Amino acid sequence: MVQQKTKKGAVTAFAAAAVFLGFIILLENLSLLLPSVPNVLLPTSQLFSVLKKAAVYSLAAVSMNLLNGFTGLFSLGQAGFMLLGAYTYAILSVPVADREAVYYLYGGSAVNFSFQDMFGALFGSEGAGGALSMTLGVLVALILAGCVAAVFAYLIGLPVLRLKSDYLAIATLGFAEIIKAVFQWQALGPVTNGANMIKSFPTFSSFNVTGEGGKVVLRLSTFFPFLISMICITMICLLINSTYGRAFKAIREDETAAEAMGINLAKHKMLSFCTSAFFAGISGALFAMFVTNAQARVFTTTMTYEILLIVVIGGIGSISGSIIATFLYVACSEWWLRFLDNEVVLSSGMKLPFLRSGFRMVVFSVVVMIVVLFFRKGIMGDRELPDLFKKRAGKEAAGK
Amino acid sequence: MEFAISVLISGISVGGQYALIAIGYTMVYGILRLINFAHGDVFMVAGLLGIYLSASLPLYLSLPLVLVFTVALGFCIERAAYKPLRSAPRMSVMISAIGVSYLIQNTATYITGGQPMTYPVIPFLSDTVKIAGTSTKWVTILTPFLVLILVVALTQLINHTKIGMAMRAVAKDFEASQLMGIRINSVISVTFVIGSALAAVGSMLYFTNFQAITPTAGALPGLRAFVAAVVGGIGSIPGAVVGAFIIGICENVIKSTEFTVFSDAGTFALLILILVVKPTGLFGEKVTDKV
Amino acid sequence: MKKLFALLLTLAMVLSLAACGGNSGNNGSPNDAGSGGSGTAGGKVIKIGVFEPASGDSASGGKKEMLGMQFANSETPTVEIGGETYSVELVPADNGSSTDKAPSAAAQLVSQNVAIVLGSYGSGVSMAASDTFKEAGIAAMGVTCTNPNVTAGNDHYFRICFLDNFQAQVLANFAMDKFSAKTAYCLGETGNEYDQGLIAFFEQIFTAAGGKVIKDSFPTNNSDFNSYLNKAKAEGADVIFTPVSIAYATQIITQAQSLGITAPFLGSDTLDDNMVLDAANGTDIQLYVSTFYQEGGAPAFDEGIKSYINSNSSAKDANGGNDTIAAVTAMGYDAYYVALEAMKAAGSADPAAIKAALSGVTYTGVSGDIAFDSTGDAVRDTAYIKHSTNAGAWELETVQKAS
Repeated sequence: MVQQKTKKGAVTAFAAAAVFLGFIILLENLSLLLPSVPNVLLPTSQLFSVLKKAAVYSLAAVSMNLLNGFTGLFSLGQAGFMLLGAYTYAILSVPVADREAVYYLYGGSAVNFSFQDMFGALFGSEGAGGALSMTLGVLVALILAGCVAAVFAYLIGLPVLRLKSDYLAIATLGFAEIIKAVFQWQALGPVTNGANMIKSFPTFSSFNVTGEGGKVVLRLSTFFPFLISMICITMICLLINSTYGRAFKAIREDETAAEAMGINLAKHKMLSFCTSAFFAGISGALFAMFVTNAQARVFTTTMTYEILLIVVIGGIGSISGSIIATFLYVACSEWWLRFLDNEVVLSSGMKLPFLRSGFRMVVFSVVVMIVVLFFRKGIMGDRELPDLFKKRAGKEAAGK
Repeated sequence: MEFAISVLISGISVGGQYALIAIGYTMVYGILRLINFAHGDVFMVAGLLGIYLSASLPLYLSLPLVLVFTVALGFCIERAAYKPLRSAPRMSVMISAIGVSYLIQNTATYITGGQPMTYPVIPFLSDTVKIAGTSTKWVTILTPFLVLILVVALTQLINHTKIGMAMRAVAKDFEASQLMGIRINSVISVTFVIGSALAAVGSMLYFTNFQAITPTAGALPGLRAFVAAVVGGIGSIPGAVVGAFIIGICENVIKSTEFTVFSDAGTFALLILILVVKPTGLFGEKVTDKV
Repeated sequence: MKKLFALLLTLAMVLSLAACGGNSGNNGSPNDAGSGGSGTAGGKVIKIGVFEPASGDSASGGKKEMLGMQFANSETPTVEIGGETYSVELVPADNGSSTDKAPSAAAQLVSQNVAIVLGSYGSGVSMAASDTFKEAGIAAMGVTCTNPNVTAGNDHYFRICFLDNFQAQVLANFAMDKFSAKTAYCLGETGNEYDQGLIAFFEQIFTAAGGKVIKDSFPTNNSDFNSYLNKAKAEGADVIFTPVSIAYATQIITQAQSLGITAPFLGSDTLDDNMVLDAANGTDIQLYVSTFYQEGGAPAFDEGIKSYINSNSSAKDANGGNDTIAAVTAMGYDAYYVALEAMKAAGSADPAAIKAALSGVTYTGVSGDIAFDSTGDAVRDTAYIKHSTNAGAWELETVQKAS
């Protein structure tokens, strides 16, 4: 890790982030600025759906890396915490007017309250006031989504964090399944909508600024997940570079030695577990915004495995590795390889062998296996992106 | 009463089938300290092989062939995906296992086209029988006995043969046994061979009972068997068997109440409860940290 | 300074993302044009997006639905729009039966400039993709997604099938009329909105009429149904209602046979499938399903699609290895023609015009008359109930109207 203690470093990092976000806004709005753009830059192209999903997943991956990579706690509860975040966000954000339709099986919701409406009463629900109350409502709900996940993590952590490695993994996996079952329980239907999905809450496209007659004048739907993920990941970076972060790494390297050095194991493990759950909760809420609904059955163990795969491919203990791996993983699985699913008939009338639906996923899993087998330390190992340019100095920093 | 008996019977039968899978998990874990996530999928592939082979061959040929191919698959997975990573961190090996599981499932989807396939009827095993007023298949009755026979044979193998001794030595101390001249790789291969063979037998029993096979058909029994292995204390064979019967019965008891939503969650709750009380499972050895 | 490098690298990465995407898009389209293959003279092509699962839990149903569209496309590969002849090309995208993959599959269709989208099998993926189609201004037409929330509250999603509440009502009435059922045992997959939605509506109607309902749910990927079925038996259920996916339905039928269950099984449209029929073949199970379409209702269509399936091995695989027609296939067939009608009515290949024209389209298909109401749902008041002869065929039991 590069220490960003110096003022200059912090300023450059901030400037870089700002430029990057500006670039995202520009990329997204090119189709509005220029008379004609290639298909890939149209707002509904796969580029943007991949970018949005990757922004959401990168936060989930980094939060998992904090726990598995930096603290050395092997947890498989990620999907469970994401579920908690998604549902908290969804339940608190569906406008009261739409609740009857969403909870149609239960004749309306037990929670007749949403932040958007609350702020709407303060700032008005039309025009600029409406935009402000929607944004505030989303932000507050996002933070609460994280908090609920963190509180549950605390409760789960009390009994579970005493367990070691694989036992911890299977216990957290079990909790994720239990949480999922509770949210699918019909008896809680008026709150969780049972097996039905909760929808109609503000999503990423709600952040597009519309002008006269509903025409979009400024697109911010990709910018928003990038902004939130970036803020959260920056916070995780700051945590890792603090005293706490060094204590986490000490625990990862050797628990007994860390304890001997005066690190309170239980406290630091719990802190790492809850922080990770907090950000997983936020990424879960963002995920709900991405798929425009919240439904418990999506948050399976397969999802946790997917995120773990991303973390390992990126390099355990490397934040920039996790981020890069997320973008590559999502783009590969959902975009670049899609042509493999279509049957191709050559002009001579001969069919290309193997190409039919399902082949994409086979090729993709082979690619994953190759990466796992031949890049044992992942793309980045435990280095960060800036380290690559530091050579020798970077190696020393990574060795810390 | 009739209902209670039927619940118990299906619990014991399913438990026996989980046991056959759980042994594979627990043996691999005992030696490599690896959760072999692909084991449930090997089990599923054994089922698919059963379908494809018996479509063209008579049963007395196809069933042994299923066994042979499944064993070969287990052996190949170990050689291709786990052996190159022997010196890598444990997390990488586990990811490799997840990757293999992913690959097997996707390949199965590609080959079957995502359609559920129907397992062939094995004469006698599939015939129905009536006990205590509930009718069931013969396989249900026979499973626990078959499991017991296999487990006894396996413990004999481990306790009284040379390769068994080598396995115990490797499980106890990987590096020391290497220094003592034990061929680690062949011991590990034998472990995978035994695990896969038991999974193949398990698949015959399981899919005779529950005939539809989808590419994810191995996921749930695999996960349950893994939970069973952990409940019993991962690394211990008797533990895995006892754990599997506990999980099988527990699952069916929950299914018979009105809280069926929690049939998955219930087994996990039981698992967590046991882990909190006994952090290494029922029969697990207590590990002391070396400083 | 180093940060600057990092930034440049990130930018390069994002640009390469865009570049590669552009390439793959370019590679994709000529290939697709090739695979369309009909190569009619005019040269003008209009694309219909087929948004269906080809992998995951619902792959089987998605493929059968697509089969109907493919057959319709082979039958009528061109359409006359505003005096010009367009050849119609089907562009499939696999949504993997999973809501997290649905938006990017939808984006794939949009980026290939489809004029209208058909699908999906399964309501969840349809809802997840809905916003992508909405933003692109493309109309989508659900073929067999029966959840009320698919069309509610938006003007671009239509559907040609009936809704969960109607189907549940039909089945509940049938259970009470035919079997004078007092106790119903309902079994569905945990967390599946289709299963649970139908069961909830069924319960409302059945209990309102004085019946008793026992509800259970099983976990995803479950295959052991013995305990559930024994419970149904022990509770003395008069009917067993199982609106579940195909793979579970086959398990339930075979296990019920070995347990000697005598209560009749009621199923929803998903059970109208040849694999379920196969499972019931040669058993004593009484199996009744409600469906959109009755085989034999349109002899010309039946004959055509059977010869299509038998002449094409990949179509036969998609249909599960035999030529029994699934209702979803007939629905897919109708959906294709409704889409063509909308194009003709619009008189233009512009997605917005087609979207505007779709709500006014009426069409008489093999599954009956199709017209849309103000929310975009099909106006349907008929469901067919048929039962398995247990010799590999369905037999029409009754035609139920909403009451």
